[in-house]
Amino acid sequence: MAALLEVDALSIQFGGVKAVQDVSFSVPAGAIYAVIGPNGAGKTTLFNLITGLYTPTSGEIRLEGQAIQGKPPHELARLGMARTFQNLQICLNMTALENVMVGAHLRLDRNLIKAALRWPALSRRERELRQEAAECMAYAGLEDFLEARADAMPYGALKRLEIARALAAKPRLLFLDEPAAGLNPKETQEVAELVRKIATHGVTVVLIEHDMKMVMSLADRILVLDYGKKLAEGSAAEVRANPDVIAAYLGAHA
Amino acid sequence: MLAQFLQFLFSGITVGATYALAALGFTLIYNASQVINFAQGEFIMLGGMLTVFFLASGLPLPFAVILAIVLPAIVGLLIEKFAIEPAKGAETVSLIIITIGAALVIRGLIQVWLGKGTHALPPFSGNEPIHVLGATLLPQSLWVLGVSALVMVALWFFFNRTLFGKAMLATSYNRLAADLVGIDTKHVLTVSFALSGALGALGGILIAPITFTSYDVGIMLGLKGFVAAVVGGLGNGLGAVVGGLLVGIIEALAAGYLSSAYKDAVPFLLILLILFFMPRGLFGAKVTERV
Amino acid sequence: MIAFFRRRHGGLVIVALILALLPLFFQNAYHYDLAIRIAINAVIVLGLNLLIGFAGQISLGHAGFLGIGAYASAILPSHYGWPPLLAMMAGATCAALLAALVARPIFRLKGHYLAMATLGLGVILAIAFKNEASLTGGPDGMAVVPLSLFGYELSGEKKWYALMAVLLLFSLWASTNLIDSPFGRALRALHGSEVAAQVAGVHIVRYKVAIFVLSAVFASLMGSLTAHYVGFVTPNVADFLHSIELVTMVVVGGMASVYGSLVGAALLTALPQALARFEGWETVAFGAILMLFMIFLPRGIVPTLAARFEKGKE
Ligand SMILES: Nc1ncnc2c1ncn2[C@@H]1O[C@H](COP(=O)(O)OP(=O)(O)OP(=O)(O)O)[C@@H](O)[C@H]1O
Ligand SMILES: [Mg+2]
Repeated sequence: MAALLEVDALSIQFGGVKAVQDVSFSVPAGAIYAVIGPNGAGKTTLFNLITGLYTPTSGEIRLEGQAIQGKPPHELARLGMARTFQNLQICLNMTALENVMVGAHLRLDRNLIKAALRWPALSRRERELRQEAAECMAYAGLEDFLEARADAMPYGALKRLEIARALAAKPRLLFLDEPAAGLNPKETQEVAELVRKIATHGVTVVLIEHDMKMVMSLADRILVLDYGKKLAEGSAAEVRANPDVIAAYLGAHA
Repeated sequence: MLAQFLQFLFSGITVGATYALAALGFTLIYNASQVINFAQGEFIMLGGMLTVFFLASGLPLPFAVILAIVLPAIVGLLIEKFAIEPAKGAETVSLIIITIGAALVIRGLIQVWLGKGTHALPPFSGNEPIHVLGATLLPQSLWVLGVSALVMVALWFFFNRTLFGKAMLATSYNRLAADLVGIDTKHVLTVSFALSGALGALGGILIAPITFTSYDVGIMLGLKGFVAAVVGGLGNGLGAVVGGLLVGIIEALAAGYLSSAYKDAVPFLLILLILFFMPRGLFGAKVTERV
Repeated sequence: MIAFFRRRHGGLVIVALILALLPLFFQNAYHYDLAIRIAINAVIVLGLNLLIGFAGQISLGHAGFLGIGAYASAILPSHYGWPPLLAMMAGATCAALLAALVARPIFRLKGHYLAMATLGLGVILAIAFKNEASLTGGPDGMAVVPLSLFGYELSGEKKWYALMAVLLLFSLWASTNLIDSPFGRALRALHGSEVAAQVAGVHIVRYKVAIFVLSAVFASLMGSLTAHYVGFVTPNVADFLHSIELVTMVVVGGMASVYGSLVGAALLTALPQALARFEGWETVAFGAILMLFMIFLPRGIVPTLAARFEKGKE
């Protein structure tokens, strides 16, 4: 499989904290790629770097061979990246459906004047989009919340809403930051199935997750971070057998 | 030539010291609560106007001054207790609007109570100018500079050498952590507001004999104090002082050499330039916003 | 009733009806005058609400843009013989350019800095209007020629009322459309979560600049109309306090509420008239209203009432 995303010697430092240090890995197209590591290991920071929210201190990030580090998030979105957030970034001033519609932003006519004058073509597209967004929500298991306001939804539903919004962008590469955090076992199981479903539809998924059962059952490859550094990388079996990982991470849980 | 330059410099440093005090007030509150108190200027106005009032009602200067510092401090405390605290967790925009509301209330009340007139405070110690290299320096300027310097030293001592000052600093670095180690952060917030009320008022009292005072001087002075705080790097104490002096000096030089009519526009032009070219100010640290 | 309101343009129909019927109740020129000034303010506040309420960005200098429009309409026709309509366009263009120029660097910054920068801009403009006496007449202000459109002179309360009623309806319609479009959603999204908007592909600075420029244009055009309507302009139009008044209207009526803008403008345009007898208390009242609303009714009148109705129905 060709690498869709390659990360090369990536580092970032905040004041004295080296949150990500010299991390390299590559994500094959079509894979489910998991990033694991203890709290504060730098997993979210890694996502923030790749999706353009942070600018790396050094290192390179390539999408299909093209260097993308330092590009702003809205440009990266154009290249087919989408993500969810660990600490929910839902627009609570909007309805659930509108949140999902925001995900489709780049696929719409965003002209201000046409919008103000209620251009017929724009209104038509808007009606289609509502339909599409509703389908995205149903796909993510949110059919009960089609009419809901975002600020009236339970936590578990908001987690899925993050995913629905990301899917509305029709991404090639999807980053999920702890999609199952705070969910009960049944919900976790459902999210795991959703992730698998997304991957079978051809979307490459990079997943941060603490739930080992979920990671081991889903991931084609796993990257283990510890204190900002790469501790191990490989298939689930390789990582599980790696003595460093057992000592530093799994060992603590076993 | 030199005499003229010195003259501008003196007047710049003098008003600059007032801006610095106001900027310190902004900084205190900002560090304690991330709120920009748009009512800061009204403390300056209160200082001047209350002193005028108490003097006129027959109190001796020292008492008048003390009252004119204590009352604005209480006003600051009240604003915090009754306007900022109840709105906890509101958006920045809302907090800005609340403090603007407080400013209008203070200003309006003073206008109703003491009228729209312009008042001068007598200088604290005579009006006999001192001659320095051909330029003149008012004794009141020495008062402004001397007292401001004293206050700044006292503040430095307070924040670096006293337990409560250190607690306040700790709160500004990390509120949650401060809470966890047992610092009463709510109390810190209240004290910050009271302290900046007092600082603003002090500046207003010191400068009133030179620039006159009226119910509506607060807006401009407060805004310039804010400009000073931003020039220095919002949240930085030393920056506030340097920023204040800088704004005062640049304003005085521009008024002298370029155009006195646009004197009041100078700080705002300065702030636009600063925000465009060095948005963290002179002493602000680089931070990556957490996501 | 509420369902009707919620159908996209139900509210618009009601406002149109009210605007059409109101003159039946007007007894004198003063009533017309008040209605006209409410309508003018409502349009400005609509623009400002798009910026503050929907996009979550503050402007404390919007009266400056009002001043640009007002003085363009005052100066260009009387000093240089421009037709009023052209002068109005020139003012709006000027406001748009200025807004775009300062907005680009400023909107990379957040909250307080934005407040400060817009405020600074307003203050500078006000000072300029006061000082350039040869052009603006200085603090005493200057007279403005009556508004004539294609040779037809607009004078008298009734004609002005009709013009403003139409403009107000159009602005309400356009704002409602805008909010429910991809553009408007992007604005609301960046208010809700900047990072979420960014990763969804929203170029947030560009959107903030666009809405700032748009609201500046609203203000400038209305500044021009005010100048023509009143027939006189003083530097007070650009005053800091006037900017605050406009923000108060947004807050009281309801942030992120189109019809709230209308209600806020109506209440706070009428209020100073009611308070005029109490010299000085006006300022106190404005300040107190701002604080009380932000603390006790932060969403403003219309959204709070709407939420209440919604609850009542369930
Ligand atoms: N913007 C920032 N400024 C300063 N420090 C930061 C910033 N973002 C992250 N850090 C620091 O970087 C380190 C890594 O944080 P990160 O959020 O990436 O951890 P994580 O692996 O996602 O942990 P968790 O499992 O708890 O989500 C932490 O020490 C954190 O405090
Ligand atoms: Mg994380």
